[in-house]
Amino acid sequence: MLAFLVQRISQAVLVMFVISVIAFAIQDGLGDPLQQMVGMSVSQDEREAIREEMGLNDPLVVQYVRFAGNALQGDLGISYFYGKPTMDVILEHLPATLELVIGASLIIIIFSVPIGVFAAIRPQAWLSKFFMGVSTVGISIPVFLTAIVLIQIFSIGVTVDWFPQDAGWGQWLNAALSTEGGLPSYGRGDDLTPLFGTWESGFFSQGGLLHLILPSVSLASIMLPLFIRLIRAEMMEVLQSDYIRYARAKGLSSSRVYFLHALKNTMLPVITVGGVQIGIMVAYTILTETVFQWPGVGLMFLEAITRSDIPLIVAYLMVVGLIFVITNTVVDLIYGLVNPTVKLTGKKA
Amino acid sequence: MTTATLSRWDRFRESFLWYSFKRDKVAIASFIVLLSMVLSAIFAPLLAPADPYDLAQINIMNSELPPVGLDGSDPAFPLGTDAQGRDLLSTILYGTRVSLLIGFGAVVLQAALGILFGLLAGYLGGRVDSILMRIADVQLSFSTLMVAIIVGAVFKASFGNLMFGEVAIYMLIFIIGVAEWPQIARTVRASVLAEKKKEYVDAAKVMGFRTRRIMFRHILPNTLSPIFVIATVQIANAIISEAALSFLGLGMPETQPSLGSLIKSGFDYIQSGSWWISLIPGLVLVVLVLVINLLGDWLRDVMNPRLYKG
Repeated sequence: MLAFLVQRISQAVLVMFVISVIAFAIQDGLGDPLQQMVGMSVSQDEREAIREEMGLNDPLVVQYVRFAGNALQGDLGISYFYGKPTMDVILEHLPATLELVIGASLIIIIFSVPIGVFAAIRPQAWLSKFFMGVSTVGISIPVFLTAIVLIQIFSIGVTVDWFPQDAGWGQWLNAALSTEGGLPSYGRGDDLTPLFGTWESGFFSQGGLLHLILPSVSLASIMLPLFIRLIRAEMMEVLQSDYIRYARAKGLSSSRVYFLHALKNTMLPVITVGGVQIGIMVAYTILTETVFQWPGVGLMFLEAITRSDIPLIVAYLMVVGLIFVITNTVVDLIYGLVNPTVKLTGKKA
Repeated sequence: MTTATLSRWDRFRESFLWYSFKRDKVAIASFIVLLSMVLSAIFAPLLAPADPYDLAQINIMNSELPPVGLDGSDPAFPLGTDAQGRDLLSTILYGTRVSLLIGFGAVVLQAALGILFGLLAGYLGGRVDSILMRIADVQLSFSTLMVAIIVGAVFKASFGNLMFGEVAIYMLIFIIGVAEWPQIARTVRASVLAEKKKEYVDAAKVMGFRTRRIMFRHILPNTLSPIFVIATVQIANAIISEAALSFLGLGMPETQPSLGSLIKSGFDYIQSGSWWISLIPGLVLVVLVLVINLLGDWLRDVMNPRLYKG
């Protein structure tokens, strides 16, 4: 176990090193901090003097060591646009993204477990086939398109007048297919509750929760089909195993067999895959936040790109890289803990 | 010459692939839809009523006209017009062309990289294998979309908007190809590991063939069917990635739109009621990706290769 721990953690450190080198290369290759600081009127000699003073003429290795040393202390430079430390800017935007991810994860857990389990228990039922069909289509719909359709239906509203208004059934169909809209689709709203530090939460007010609905449903829509399929596949495999047959032969009620005995062993691989997927969700938050103008780190990153705010881009890369590395390592370690048969050394074929 | 092609055609008609295709209604329907979309994209300049790249044909007075059947529509524009007054049908035909071009191009690039690295890793083993697969692991754990967004962002920041617009197609092919090579490399590696132990490889070694010849002439042809299956699904993924990048403004410019940038440009007008500008290209995108995915599912069932499970 200790060897596994050391191996995983050293791998994480190595990956973080590579990310920091890439981030440093971007910073070095793209931005000339001098140009951002001084105007046209500064002479060539003065520029050289400032360069020397800032250490921009030092060898690259020395510059990298300085960059990495500062990064370790949480100093990733000053944002050009916001004019304050990039870490502060990121910490201000992080709570919004975290709440979005939490909201989406809740939706995924609430819906994927019952649907996946049902589809595994009754694979032939029309409802299961319906859910599996919907999830195939769901995988093919990009997250921003889901978001736009949701905005059209629930925020702007749809008026249907295809059916004759004078006939009773036509009127009813028109009314049934039309939606009023009205759900907020822009930002987080005004009534946020301050929690601690820069964290203002939308979970404790009606307005905040209403603003959360559409973005988190959109973000959940991309992962939900994946999880339904995964839970179904794992559950079907578990249901084939001997201990389930034994539990049935013992005469346990089928709900006890399904939800106590089978579900427990189904959830293990689901949780480990899920941990990695939640890391991947960070990429999709960029898309979701762009559509809904959700003031999280994803939108901040995209704005930083349009503004060529290089320190902020670099800081975002480092922070997101760290989040990815930590989730992957923790998931690996948990998996190693609960499943001792995991190979300790690297993959040897 | 003719006899050779004839017999090849006969062989194809005798094959299991054709047999199972004929019996699968979903596969036939998907194939027909895909074929008609690809053909109409290829022949877009002939089919489209207008040329969306030609500024002289655009009249701003025609902007935001709804599709035929709604109030205020103009029969000259069957699917309506976008905010700049371009005919939406023509723009979608040209946009599908751009999306498909980038999708195919990106998959060709990632297949080239994936096959090369997968063969090297699987056949040579040892240090080469562990280094290549570690890189693939790390890149996959970051999710391909994230890698593509970051590379796109760096390109955009270093080239500037105007320059980026000119080279966008090649950039996107490069970005998506580089971001997704690990998927194919892992599949190739897995089947190379299985093939490597077979007798024909030993025979080739004994006959004194060089490593390169054994890798590309003997092993590669036997790993083609899993590559084929995964490449099909990867085309769908590449098209979605391209649409996502374009939607974020890191892809095709509005003057030369792909389906993704059409959706983006329409999204700015959705609040004013012009839903068709983004939702009709969106529907085309979903249908395109869905039929490719369905064909990929069918191919996987038929060829039944040992795919790498991520």
